[in-house]
Amino acid sequence: MEITYIQAINQALHEEMHRDENVFVMGEDVGELGGAFKATEGLLAAFGEERVIDTPIAEALIVGAGVGAAVLGMRPVVEMQFADFISCAFDQIVNMAATLRYRHGGRASCPMVIRAPSGAGVHGALFHSQNPEAWFTRVPGLKVVAPATVYDAKGLLKAAVRDDDPVIYFEHKRLYRSLKDDIPEGDFVVPIGVAELRQEGEELSIITYGGALNQCLDAARIVAKEDGLSVEVLDLRTLLPLDREAVLKTARKTGKVLVVHEDRLTGGFGGEVAALIAEHAFEDLDAPVRRLAALDAHTAFSPPLEEYILPNTNKIVDAIRSLAAY
Amino acid sequence: MALERDKHVAQHALLTLDEAQLLAMYRKMSLIRRFEEKSAEMYTRGKITGFCHLYAGEEAVAVGAIEALYDKDYVVSTYREHGHCLAKGADPRAVMAELFGKATGISHGRGGSMHLFDPDIRFMGGYAIVGGGLPLAVGLGLSIAYKEEPEVACCFFGDGALPQGAFHESLNLASLWKLPVIFICENNFYGMGTLVQNAICQEELYRFAEPYKMPGVRVDGMDVLDVYRAVTEAAARAREGDGPSLIEAVTYRFRGHSMSDPVEYRSKREERIWQERDPIKNLRRRLLAEKRVSEARLDQIDAEVGAVIDDAVKFADESPEPPLEELAKNVYVE
Repeated sequence: MEITYIQAINQALHEEMHRDENVFVMGEDVGELGGAFKATEGLLAAFGEERVIDTPIAEALIVGAGVGAAVLGMRPVVEMQFADFISCAFDQIVNMAATLRYRHGGRASCPMVIRAPSGAGVHGALFHSQNPEAWFTRVPGLKVVAPATVYDAKGLLKAAVRDDDPVIYFEHKRLYRSLKDDIPEGDFVVPIGVAELRQEGEELSIITYGGALNQCLDAARIVAKEDGLSVEVLDLRTLLPLDREAVLKTARKTGKVLVVHEDRLTGGFGGEVAALIAEHAFEDLDAPVRRLAALDAHTAFSPPLEEYILPNTNKIVDAIRSLAAY
Repeated sequence: MALERDKHVAQHALLTLDEAQLLAMYRKMSLIRRFEEKSAEMYTRGKITGFCHLYAGEEAVAVGAIEALYDKDYVVSTYREHGHCLAKGADPRAVMAELFGKATGISHGRGGSMHLFDPDIRFMGGYAIVGGGLPLAVGLGLSIAYKEEPEVACCFFGDGALPQGAFHESLNLASLWKLPVIFICENNFYGMGTLVQNAICQEELYRFAEPYKMPGVRVDGMDVLDVYRAVTEAAARAREGDGPSLIEAVTYRFRGHSMSDPVEYRSKREERIWQERDPIKNLRRRLLAEKRVSEARLDQIDAEVGAVIDDAVKFADESPEPPLEELAKNVYVE
């Protein structure tokens, strides 16, 4: 049956809560309202208010309480209403959740999922459009995933719920209802830490994740048709831990790599990918690794400015052509 | 159920204020209402995009409070800040143009509905993080106290901000250092869709003043004069160096949390009860009853305000988009 990206998230939550009674969801307006984006719709009716908990607007508390419950064996799935608000919970994530197991010599763990609706393209302006994944990809102890397909939205969330470490799950708001796919019914997981080759190619590799994947695939189709270029597209799916082998394999294969993400350029995750390739696949490269990302400005409200800031299919096409011609 | 518990209905005599002041309040409330009605219309027509949170119903809080301040006093607000910004004296053209995302907007199209800012009128920003503005207001108060200036910082936030740590951290420090800050909680009973009783252990929100050793009062946020009186007292206290106050203004938003909220969590009956307490109709009724002004005079104000807003919409619509080459301008000081 064809479902949307957000329905995949909703299904994963239903199924995981049904499978394991230690799983519960907690966040702002997740119960009665079913979440700001309706990701948790129907959970309250199905599982009751003991397991579908409306909290006050207090992100540090939501994450911190999740850590406390997780350490006692619960499996909280906490929601940041917008990924931008995750900054209010920063201390609880990077100091409390991420270090918990390490601090306790491996005698405790923090099996928690933090769902974070991220991304621009909905005119949310500065505090409702960010892609803050790179704040967390440098923190050992955390896992960071960013599904780009309907299948992965479900499979990665189920894997995250079952994982024994804290996982930040960045779901892209623009994909919620725009992305539809026919996925298998029932239980499956997408393993954390494994990238997926979305398209095989010979001349150039695009490495991407999250909201940018479909734009990259569109761009690859355009240059295949108009320029006869054969482009490989690797979807990282998990940023931490990074599937280094998959990154290096495609870089060595084509010798030309374009890294694309919707987060800003400077300090964005693309820098880590580029550095990895430069360190370990330098002699296989035929061109410098290129990055295409959001411009280094705040996500302005004005729709033309927002369009100008963000990567899109046309910009990716231009970047492919430029790199191919190198 | 929330409103049955609200027994506080103030009816202050109009006599203590002169006619010009009363009419100024009426005009500002009418202006905000008209602005919000037009904003809703423009949102529906696709002229305004993104997230848009309207203030209709709550006008008496912004207007009553800001009328009790001097022009030089500072105001800090939330993401539902069109009303505060206009009440502080912003040009409706610039505010509407911002909602349209235009270059002529008050934040040059960079911020949109939730990030209005105009230091010239000492409107120190709307903040789209719940509770995010309170520490900033403390900082304003700190600067005022340090420079021994006579101003006060007036900080608006919703009931949803009270559970945030930032609320408690801010009240504690403002009190400890006796800073000239007025904390105004607009209790409209719902943090988005969550009823205040389901989010906060103490439903009498003004009582959060007690542990922080500052005066706390609950006022009728549908009565502009009740708000005015409380803020006048709080401002005098702050200017005397006696420190901050917490004012809980009990109010009601007539529309949803945002333009995309179908408002399924509250009853039509409840909405009707509050609409009968419409702060603008309330003041109008009392102005007429006490024969201070004629109906024609009030109608004339409404018509003038309507023309101002129509002009603002036209201005916003005809204004240019921000130039792309200026995107990075003001990311840093140049």
